[in-house]
Amino acid sequence: MTTVPLKSVSGRRRRTDHIMRGLIWAGAIVALIPLVLVIYYILKKGLGVISGNLFTTDPTGATFGTDLSVLGGIKSAILGTLEMIALATLISVPIGIAIAVWLVEYGRGTKPASVIRYLIDVMTGVPSVVFGLFIYVTLVESQVGGSGFAGWKGAIAISLLMLPIVARSAEVVLLLVPDSLRESALALGAPRWRVIFRIVLPTAAPGLLTGSLLAVARGAGETAPLLFTVQATLVSSGDLTQRMNSLPVQIFNDIQSPNSTIVDRAWGAALTLVALVLIITLIARFIASRSRLQT
Amino acid sequence: MTPPDETSPNRTEVVEQQDAASAAAPQATVGAPEVPTRPGEGARAGGHTISVDDLDAYYGETHAIRGVSIDYAANDVTAMIGPSGCGKSTVLRCLNRMHEEITGAYATGTVKLDDTDIYGSSIDVVAVRRSIGMVFQKPNPFPTMSVADNVSAGLRLAGVKGKHKDEVVEKSLRDAGLWEEVKERLSEPGVGLSGGQQQRLCIARTIAIQPDIILMDEPCSALDPIATLKIEELIHELKRQYTIIIVTHNMQQAARVADRTAFFWLGELIELGPTEKIFTKPDNQRTEDYVSGKFG
Repeated sequence: MTTVPLKSVSGRRRRTDHIMRGLIWAGAIVALIPLVLVIYYILKKGLGVISGNLFTTDPTGATFGTDLSVLGGIKSAILGTLEMIALATLISVPIGIAIAVWLVEYGRGTKPASVIRYLIDVMTGVPSVVFGLFIYVTLVESQVGGSGFAGWKGAIAISLLMLPIVARSAEVVLLLVPDSLRESALALGAPRWRVIFRIVLPTAAPGLLTGSLLAVARGAGETAPLLFTVQATLVSSGDLTQRMNSLPVQIFNDIQSPNSTIVDRAWGAALTLVALVLIITLIARFIASRSRLQT
Repeated sequence: MTPPDETSPNRTEVVEQQDAASAAAPQATVGAPEVPTRPGEGARAGGHTISVDDLDAYYGETHAIRGVSIDYAANDVTAMIGPSGCGKSTVLRCLNRMHEEITGAYATGTVKLDDTDIYGSSIDVVAVRRSIGMVFQKPNPFPTMSVADNVSAGLRLAGVKGKHKDEVVEKSLRDAGLWEEVKERLSEPGVGLSGGQQQRLCIARTIAIQPDIILMDEPCSALDPIATLKIEELIHELKRQYTIIIVTHNMQQAARVADRTAFFWLGELIELGPTEKIFTKPDNQRTEDYVSGKFG
């Protein structure tokens, strides 16, 4: 028996391998740079501002002063953002998931489905300021509900922005649910709507949650739709029919101030906004993991 | 065994049935929660037939099944064999109207469960599938459900509000030969079981809705030989209560489990006969070529 000589890897292949690995690492690092810098600056500038006063007082509107006890904190902004995002989520997530369910379960491969999918894609690309203007023209100018600017109108503007994100991510997730599960449920004599509610949606739940959270995070940070629809106010309000403060608008206003303490407050608000989105995400994931264990 | 639910109108039947199960007498359609009226009700317990007459099935333009007529006898195991693409799985899927779930697919002809044409215009497709259960090629327990919930899934999916869910779960798992292995793990996820156990779980899920007929689409092709053996033993047990129609690629399996065997080729039924005859002295030359391994 003759031995087969195994050739060693050629120098050229070795070099190509090293270069390619290097390029991939470089790409990963370049992608990380802006993320790390953003987080670094927010933490650096924002952490110093965090205090009891920041979270427990409303902005006073004072433009002079070097202390938050004079200038006020961002309580109204936090509450306003939470309320409006909650309402926007309540509007956009059920509708978005319903659209995705129709696209995947009923309209698959049909002409109307591809038209709707195309429109959703177009909607994803619409700048947020346009949604703000749209609501301004339709709901604010016409004084629907008795007043011009109102929290719920801002929530609708944000929900329009969130809707295509929810719908598209939900569609992808629903497509991942194996057809064999649908088939076996149908073969057990289940009507289609029960297959959707009992099998498809529960199976896709973690993915639907992730997509919805992505939309929440996106919506929570938007300033433009709120400027035209909610305006801003200083006081905390639980009333969605009135003007409301919100974190992005507060940041937008504060950062333009010549008073450096107010600019610092903007950084505090930015850190709060990032932390808020993180906390919402963590809570939702926790709930999801708990509910999966029970089944 | 769990004592029967005192409030249950079916109480006496449950007791009978449990006795009967140990005595291995043919017995079915008792003890389960009331399933809405279905075709074939009233035929003798466990003895339901399917007769197919001049069945043609299409996938869009493709004419997959050509004029198949075949009778499946009560309490028989009928195997359908043939080379890949011969249409045996399509025929099977026409028997509980799963074929039409594929976009563009349709079928013509009559398929009678006992005396009722399941393609009749007044027939509810959901009722058809409750009467004709199906086990798929790949074990596919519902991933979000526990072992017990998987078994009772059919009842809940069918909208049955049964009080004695636990009894149905236990009975079905016992009938599927899985109870002893999973009785301590009923609340664990169904997908945590081994492949063979998952497939028996799917069989338990199918018999929990008390069908008249069980269709099996290559139920062992994803399983190892030992798990396959268990399923085959289970088929022998189940045929006392059910009429079973099984599609298989494995001719040895057909020879082991089936009373009668049907050979399909190019969308046509070539030959149907007692399994022994099909494998030893078939009437048709093509059948002989196939079972002796000359093609396919």
